[in-house]
Amino acid sequence: MLKGLIGKKIGMTQIFDGDGRAVPITLIEAGPCFVSQVKTVANDGYNAVQLAFDEVKPKRLSKAELGHLKTNKLPPVRTLREFRTNKLDGINAGDEIDASVFEVGDFVDVIGTSKGKGFAGAMKRWGFGGGPITHGQSDRQRSPGSSGSGTTPGRVFKGKKRPGRMGNERVTSSHIRVALVDSERNLIGVQGSVPGAKGGTVMIKAARKQ
Amino acid sequence: MNHTELLKSVQAEKNVNIPDLFPGDNVSVHMKIKEGDRERIQEFKGVVLYVRGSGNDATFTVRRIASNGIGVERTFLFNSPRIAKVVVERHNRVRRARLYFLRERTGKSARLKQRF
Repeated sequence: MLKGLIGKKIGMTQIFDGDGRAVPITLIEAGPCFVSQVKTVANDGYNAVQLAFDEVKPKRLSKAELGHLKTNKLPPVRTLREFRTNKLDGINAGDEIDASVFEVGDFVDVIGTSKGKGFAGAMKRWGFGGGPITHGQSDRQRSPGSSGSGTTPGRVFKGKKRPGRMGNERVTSSHIRVALVDSERNLIGVQGSVPGAKGGTVMIKAARKQ
Repeated sequence: MNHTELLKSVQAEKNVNIPDLFPGDNVSVHMKIKEGDRERIQEFKGVVLYVRGSGNDATFTVRRIASNGIGVERTFLFNSPRIAKVVVERHNRVRRARLYFLRERTGKSARLKQRF
């Protein structure tokens, strides 16, 4: 069985574990997911499983998307995501996957899109220290400082950390513990935070670094 | 179900063994402590300094004077399943919600008047 799900971030709260310890969790509505396509080396050049999640009205999708789902008699869905895996045995297009593939105590990676911060300065974006506050300095408190040496090399190196657009990018929270599984309502609670805003789409996979 | 209701549905029920608490109450908190596979009850006796938060996040903080007059403050969650019971021994009359002034006082000046 594929150890992967697509979900929707619901929000954070705290629950109590068996010993009565308070555990901070992020609740994710994960499923029901459907296998919409199985990609193989022979056919596609690589092995992967494509999952479908989040049912919508048929008019929200293009005819191409509807046709793709119709081949396996699946409902119209908002999100399709691929999970690279080499264990394809027993996975068929049209299968349903629910939250019960994970158990409490499993470690997972959660992938999402981080909240966009807009145009952010070097202090917020890269953790720069900013300039001196005293000693007669003016207008330098949050400045990024020097961007390099002088005549040698005579240019600014590529990749120099500078202010710019921050957030709204793919972020992985690795190796976080599953603290709650409700397979009836397809809810998964993972310990700690998860990238993205509430309502954002996230992918849950078995942890890569075990 | 909307998101708030979903979050509420996984949260613990309120611990029914904890009565309503007010700042200034003299209380004794009975905690279940696990030692290996044995469970025992530990008491924590003191004054409620403040009650904060609501719902799942509500806590109360108890201050007690340990040996050598050292103050010890401990914060408990209202929903914690580890609390066996809370006994209110006395209600005291206080005029503020957060009794931080008790931290600077010891002995006679740290007394509170009983409320009837």
